Amino acid sequence: METVKKHFFSDMSVMLGRSMRHIFRSVDTIITVTIMPIGFMLLFVYVFGGAIQSGTDNYVNYLLPGILLIAIASGISYTAYRLFMDMQGGIFERFHSMPITRSTILWGHVLTSLISNGISVAVIILVALIMGFRSPAGLLAWFAVAGILALFTLALTWIAAIAGLSAKTVDGVSAFSYPIIFLAFISSAFVPTESMPPAVRAFAENQPVTAIVDAIRALLSDQPVGNDIWIALAWCIGITIVAYIFAMRAYKKRV
Amino acid sequence: MEKAIQVKGLQKSFKQLHVLNGVDFEVEQGSVFALLGSNGAGKTTIVKILTTLLKQDGGTAVVNGFDVALKPDNVRQSISLTGQFAAVDEILTGLENLIMIAKLRHLKNPGVVTDNLLKRFGLTDAADRRVSTYSGGMHRRLDIAMSLVGTPELIFLDEPTNGLDPEARIEVWKIVKELADSGTTVFLTTQYLEEAEQLADQIAILHKGRIIANGTLAELKKLIPPAKVEYVEKQPTLEEIFLAVIGKKEEK
Ligand SMILES: Nc1ncnc2c1ncn2[C@@H]1O[C@H](COP(=O)(O)OP(=O)(O)OP(=O)(O)O)[C@@H](O)[C@H]1O
Ligand SMILES: [Mg+2]
Repeated sequence: METVKKHFFSDMSVMLGRSMRHIFRSVDTIITVTIMPIGFMLLFVYVFGGAIQSGTDNYVNYLLPGILLIAIASGISYTAYRLFMDMQGGIFERFHSMPITRSTILWGHVLTSLISNGISVAVIILVALIMGFRSPAGLLAWFAVAGILALFTLALTWIAAIAGLSAKTVDGVSAFSYPIIFLAFISSAFVPTESMPPAVRAFAENQPVTAIVDAIRALLSDQPVGNDIWIALAWCIGITIVAYIFAMRAYKKRV
Repeated sequence: MEKAIQVKGLQKSFKQLHVLNGVDFEVEQGSVFALLGSNGAGKTTIVKILTTLLKQDGGTAVVNGFDVALKPDNVRQSISLTGQFAAVDEILTGLENLIMIAKLRHLKNPGVVTDNLLKRFGLTDAADRRVSTYSGGMHRRLDIAMSLVGTPELIFLDEPTNGLDPEARIEVWKIVKELADSGTTVFLTTQYLEEAEQLADQIAILHKGRIIANGTLAELKKLIPPAKVEYVEKQPTLEEIFLAVIGKKEEK
């Protein structure tokens, strides 16, 4: 047992190296992940933007947090896909029959998800800068934004892990990300919740995406964040814990 | 002689389906053991239990002196598995696949080990190509090569020649023979009776959840009714033994 535990970091780096190679050998996945959110951004800024009353003079600034969350929500479907493919092929069984630290098999995918989504987020922020996004936020605020986005990615990655570990077909693997993307549309991501009918507004104001979007928006525009950041963190951590438990249960069922 | 594998009363069911109903057998260290059975007989199920991928419902299995249910970590230290379906990473190159396994086995000099294996399996030229471009035979060779990284004492090959053309099959046979010569214990499953005949020191036939025959080729040949041997001029093939044994069981 001791010998197995001792190798956690070396096993981890092998697993991480493997799935990072997968990503860099299929750069098209990063493009696919970023293209839809960038499309939304162009559409909302240049087509609908004039008609939307967001209360800010720079609509890109308003839009960006929600777009980043949509990008992450669609990015994690590749994590589910890669996990699913590993389960399908024999490689999982090979790893499991070897004297390695088993937890690194899943954590390798999770870390890779964090890194690849980080890249997608960076690409989208670059495009947003070109489109006129500006932020007065200081370094600390940017760190806080990065932290929230990383936690959000972690939460969704464990949801993706449930899908990847329990799906029966490839089509089933990515379906789970659509409801999450849809959640962004019924939130404060594109328009202020005040403009919504009461029932919809009540839903929008009490779901995770709104809290996270509002927290990031406040941080990026150098406004006081208030309670939003704590609600956002609570959502992220809560979802991570619940999804982790279910993902582990799905994992145990497979081994 | 030491036993590499000791299996007693092994049972396994998937819901209503009783796949293994008390399987018993032993494998000598350094020998080649062939487990024979038709589709769905439960060969892969036995391999998965012995390689700690699946838990049995009853009975015991001891591999290299360690109980698979109680000491799975120790079992994994001393075995290596080439599963029924290729366990290679298609996106990596052949060399990267080998290096990955060498690192996971914490070898001191992965480069030397992998170079030797590439040479031995005729994959040196294809080493830097992605595995997705490999032929079926190359896939299988790489798959087996990956199982030899770190020279495990006991290697499991689950239908190693499944889906290969005759030429590639003979290549794999050569590899198994070399392994046996070097003293490695080989546990292999197959549906091809000829394969068991070619490679194995000891052959066990799995049928309806039990081992219905177990022994050397010569011992199994004795199971054929003697009257038949007199009529047949050539040596009986394993196929005939298999059918004869199954027929006998069914008559009871
Ligand atoms: N995870 C599982 N869930 C349900 N049934 C299973 C599972 N794994 C195997 N089986 C069933 O158990 C039986 C034995 O399967 P196994 O794969 O061990 O056979 P096999 O001898 O390896 O066959 P083959 O020659 O086709 O590889 C089959 O009927 C199979 O459908
Ligand atoms: Mg099988």
